[in-house]
Amino acid sequence: TTLQVHSLQELRRSASLATKVFVQRDYSDGTTCQFQTKFPPELESRIERQLFEETVKTLNGFYAEAEKIGGSSYLEGCLACATAYFIFLCMETHYEKVLKKISKYIQEQNEKIYAPRGLLLTDPLERGMRVIEISIYEDRCSSGSSSSGSSSSSSGGGGAG
Amino acid sequence: VLLIMFDLFSFSSCPYLSEKITPAIPAIGGILFFFVMGTLLRTSFSDPGVLPRATPDEAADLERQIDIANGSSSGGYRPPPRTKEVIINGQTVKLKYCFTCKIFRPPRASHCSLCDNCVERFDHHCPWVGNCVGKRNYRFFYMFILSLSFLTVFIFAFVITHVILRSQQTGFLNALKDSPARYPFTERNSVVCFFSVWSIVGLSGFHTYLISSNQTTNEDIKGSWSNKRGKENYNPYSYGNIFSNCCAALCGPLSPSLIDRRGFIQPDTPQLAGPSNGITMYGATQSQSNMCDQDQCIQSTKFVLQAAATPLLQSEPSITSEELPLPGKTTISGPCATLTLGQPTPPSSMPNLTSDTGLTDMIPLKEEHEGHQFLTPEEAPSPPGMLPSGSPITHSHTMHVLSLASQDSLHEDSVRGLVKLSSV
Repeated sequence: TTLQVHSLQELRRSASLATKVFVQRDYSDGTTCQFQTKFPPELESRIERQLFEETVKTLNGFYAEAEKIGGSSYLEGCLACATAYFIFLCMETHYEKVLKKISKYIQEQNEKIYAPRGLLLTDPLERGMRVIEISIYEDRCSSGSSSSGSSSSSSGGGGAG
Repeated sequence: VLLIMFDLFSFSSCPYLSEKITPAIPAIGGILFFFVMGTLLRTSFSDPGVLPRATPDEAADLERQIDIANGSSSGGYRPPPRTKEVIINGQTVKLKYCFTCKIFRPPRASHCSLCDNCVERFDHHCPWVGNCVGKRNYRFFYMFILSLSFLTVFIFAFVITHVILRSQQTGFLNALKDSPARYPFTERNSVVCFFSVWSIVGLSGFHTYLISSNQTTNEDIKGSWSNKRGKENYNPYSYGNIFSNCCAALCGPLSPSLIDRRGFIQPDTPQLAGPSNGITMYGATQSQSNMCDQDQCIQSTKFVLQAAATPLLQSEPSITSEELPLPGKTTISGPCATLTLGQPTPPSSMPNLTSDTGLTDMIPLKEEHEGHQFLTPEEAPSPPGMLPSGSPITHSHTMHVLSLASQDSLHEDSVRGLVKLSSV
């Protein structure tokens, strides 16, 4: 994993953000959280269609599992109600557990598949569950160091290039 | 009103009744009362399911797509309201574009002008509770009105009992310790009780109906799924039977609050190595919202990369279910059912200008062709106690400060000013 972490950090140093692609929500099943599996044209040259679809389908599966209404979720709901929701001070909801799984999965996908191709997936949770944001990086030869220099002054606003 | 009623009840009727019948009565009443207060607080202070505003990149991307779709023929300040159509379960549903939040609203979401946020599965904005009622707090709201109706019926019943018993035994009572001055209260009490019983019980009944048919107040009032619109019209979200609908609404999984997450682009400062990173993170999140500079985009996404590289501790998920105090609009203007403020039409979707907000110091809206540069009033909830120091609270505030377009220094100053104001 250190190698993989390395590759991400090297990416950071040598790449510049070219564009972002947004995979929107798919509402055809109602209000449940699902994302469109349509392959964005910008990714055509960067990643195999099948890998991408696989990722989105797995994410969709995770979200469906989180929102599943079944015996265990009822039990959790009733138990929570009975304890006046104090039980959530001690344990996580099922949804939160699945969210953790999702973020691990995304991180793993990033390390294994997307970063080597110059792409980065952002957890939809950080985007209000509206989109899966995929950042596309271009290789850039120069100035990795300028990034860390400018970042500390970015609170001053202007961000040196 | 609740408190007055309850106090009157306790002081006048309770002593008498507990002597006459059983001491269990005030005990039960007390428990019910606390339950009611508990659910009330929970409803008021929990996040109803607010949808965070789109990041500038997303908004730009969406606008681009819309322009392509429209053929960018309509110039001028206000292009026609943007809608997308989706087929859900056989019914065609129109998704509206929210101009304030820059997103296409999910089905059943609506923008509340009082809270100035899009809320998922928007029911209504309740002034009594001081909060919107949406996906995440609907069950608390329902339990609140249900328990409240039990409480009022309970009180009412026993007040009446008290009156009846008293009138039957006028002779004995003169000898009792209770002062006559107490009794007038009982009469007034019963009148007050009577009206509130009817309205609360009516409201509970209404919401029970809504839950069993899996509709929101919004949809019911607009008649979105009623048969009157057409033979083919039905509710695509309903599960078919009453039991499933009830269970789904009340016992279904509780999704975590999305707005906490908004303030966190990276994990907490202690996790990243080096003090400089702490500053840069703050700077990054601020620049994320000040945005649009390409370089700033790079900075923030570089930090996302960094975040991806370090193990992400999803810190405080347990607190996400805990409450964010929304500055409640406690202007009481009638029972909840009559308030349906969730329906601004998109062309009038600059409600932040008209709503009476706490922060009056707002930069006026400048509509430019390329992008909209405006600052929303700081109604946005902030995650209290999520971060150790006070200044990071401005994270979430800056996140809600939506500022697209060019980076003027004036613009940035105003943002910083607003940030300072919000941190007060």
